[in-house]
Amino acid sequence: MTLAFDIVLSGLILGGMYALTAMGLTLQYGVARIMNLSYGEFLVAAAFFAYWMFSSLAVSPLLGLIVILPLAFVANWAIYQIVLMPLVRRSKNRDMLEVDSILATFGLLFVIQGVMLVVFGGQYYSYSYLSIPLTLFGTTVAANRLLALVFALVIGLVVYLALKHTRTGTAIRAVAVNPVSAQLSAIDVRAAAAFAYALGGALVAAGGVLVSMFLTFNAAMGVAFTMKALIVVIMGGVGNMMGALVAGLLLGVAETAVARLVDPGLTLAVTFALFLVVLLVRPTGLFGRPTS
Amino acid sequence: MRVKYFAGFGAIVLAAAISWALSTGTQAQDIQSIKIGWSISKTGPFAAGASVTTLPNYQVWVKDVNDAGGIMLKSIGKKVKIEVIEYDDRSNSEEMIKAVERLATQDKVDFILPPWSTGLNLAAAPVFDRLGYPQLAVTANSNRAVELSKRWPGLTFWLGLPSELVDGLVETLVKLRKDGKIGDKVAMASVSDQFGIEQSTAAREGLKKGGFNLVYDKSYPFGTQDMQPVLKDAMAASPDTFIAFSYPPDTLGITDTAKVLGFNPKVFFVGVGTAFPIYKGKFGDSAEGVMGIGGSNADLPGIKNYIQHHKTIIGREPDRWASPITYASLQVLQQAIERVGKIDRPAIIKEINTGSFDTIIGKVKLVDGQNKNTWAVGQWQGANFYGIAPVSKEGARAPIVPKPAWK
Repeated sequence: MTLAFDIVLSGLILGGMYALTAMGLTLQYGVARIMNLSYGEFLVAAAFFAYWMFSSLAVSPLLGLIVILPLAFVANWAIYQIVLMPLVRRSKNRDMLEVDSILATFGLLFVIQGVMLVVFGGQYYSYSYLSIPLTLFGTTVAANRLLALVFALVIGLVVYLALKHTRTGTAIRAVAVNPVSAQLSAIDVRAAAAFAYALGGALVAAGGVLVSMFLTFNAAMGVAFTMKALIVVIMGGVGNMMGALVAGLLLGVAETAVARLVDPGLTLAVTFALFLVVLLVRPTGLFGRPTS
Repeated sequence: MRVKYFAGFGAIVLAAAISWALSTGTQAQDIQSIKIGWSISKTGPFAAGASVTTLPNYQVWVKDVNDAGGIMLKSIGKKVKIEVIEYDDRSNSEEMIKAVERLATQDKVDFILPPWSTGLNLAAAPVFDRLGYPQLAVTANSNRAVELSKRWPGLTFWLGLPSELVDGLVETLVKLRKDGKIGDKVAMASVSDQFGIEQSTAAREGLKKGGFNLVYDKSYPFGTQDMQPVLKDAMAASPDTFIAFSYPPDTLGITDTAKVLGFNPKVFFVGVGTAFPIYKGKFGDSAEGVMGIGGSNADLPGIKNYIQHHKTIIGREPDRWASPITYASLQVLQQAIERVGKIDRPAIIKEINTGSFDTIIGKVKLVDGQNKNTWAVGQWQGANFYGIAPVSKEGARAPIVPKPAWK
């Protein structure tokens, strides 16, 4: 019983991190229809920013969020307007935009990675913040990882509620469902998409800052985060915040359970097995709408 | 008259061309610089390792040599400065081979410094051999090293065989058990990648021979971001010794998690990456007593100066395993060039393999293309990661066991 509880709690914490680092992508991909391959680079860039603030200015990463989140929002909004808008304008439909955005963001990946390499070099970075044990119902967890789970839950819930119950949120959901029809109800589709993309950028920055407290990173590591985020997003249903949250938590618990009960060598296998099963049973993801 | 004039002009041009060709091609009098090239991973997954262990040492060494006036060439009786040509191989073996070929055939460099990692060095070995360049493959590590050095005489290895690393670890544990400091129980985790599989296989055999009881023995996938499951089960087996053959991000993650869980076995061995300055930087006093692969004798004046010097030039400390050895290998190259006195690569290869050299790590004398002046196991003791095994090696420190509590 204690083992089961231990597994679930550790799994939720790991899953919280997965969800946290995937929720930005679900907005960018699901609403703005930008398949952002440079997503992981933005995450690592935020991690570097937090590291720099912590080591040079002695600012705690959590305080750093106050600066980094708006900065990331503005930067991503600008990128959408400058780099991606021409693609949005010329693409005749969503599929075309998806293909174009893959190529464009693939290029962006190297630009950002190159800048980080020039500034920080290729070596590993790591620092300790809130790396203290907390005992929850007899299970020891690291405070920084628990915090990442809390953030994931709060962000997931807030954004979910905002999308459900505010006017802007409704507009964004309309764009996610059908951008052409959304225009008919006087929704500025491009503005809504730009907003969603920028919000996604702010969320990934939050993820980067939080994971920098306990993961070791370097300039070349972004792609690993992009891949994991993609799995979570597609599993949860593209564009669905709750889906990303649930899928992330599910993966975390499954990985931890297999690691503890079977073998830690099989965690990757269980990730992909679960992914495969979800795709077979629900091709549009756990919370995805069936396509008509 | 006119014809004669042109003929005369032609002769002068021809003579000038010939003398120019002679002076640049065969006569050594006009050597302005020794061209040294390298292909290194500045981007891609290998950039992390290359920018800790390899590239900074190339830069420090070139600066040191040039600040001292250059490399002495007896044949022309003067010191010649180094000119560098650098390519980024993007962590890609094809790019690396192309760059090495280009350095040799197009840039016509005098020497090529090796790339980073076992994989790239082994891929480069036939090319270096064909082009006739010495390859001081410091960051390569293979149990077939002796055989490979025989096949390609210019190829030399510097870190010791993987089996020797495990032998050193087992030797340390056997001695600790004999002294009554630890018991039989060992827990082992390893990354399921070439490095982890090779090391853990060798360790499994070695520990069995040493009569140890392996109470936990699991591998985890490359890139695992949560080490709690592994450590909780290892901890539950209450081992005296914990061993992890891990990559730097995992090494830091495992240590961090062990600290959070309060898992403090008598011997805590992790690595690669334990010898990195980032390890000490992240864990501070908690690093005390942690063991890992490699090490150096920081009491040697050469090493002491080197660490300080590296920090001044690069802005951060070197790692305490392969970095000093990389620098030492370059000292060997320089001394070999100076002894031969001219750019005669076959003679220089021979000198590297047969000569005896004074370096920052002490005396280096290759045997079958292998540097024997290596540490298998190190331990953080104060500000340095000291070598503690092989126990018989000069300068080996006594290990601190049991490991002090996490701070």
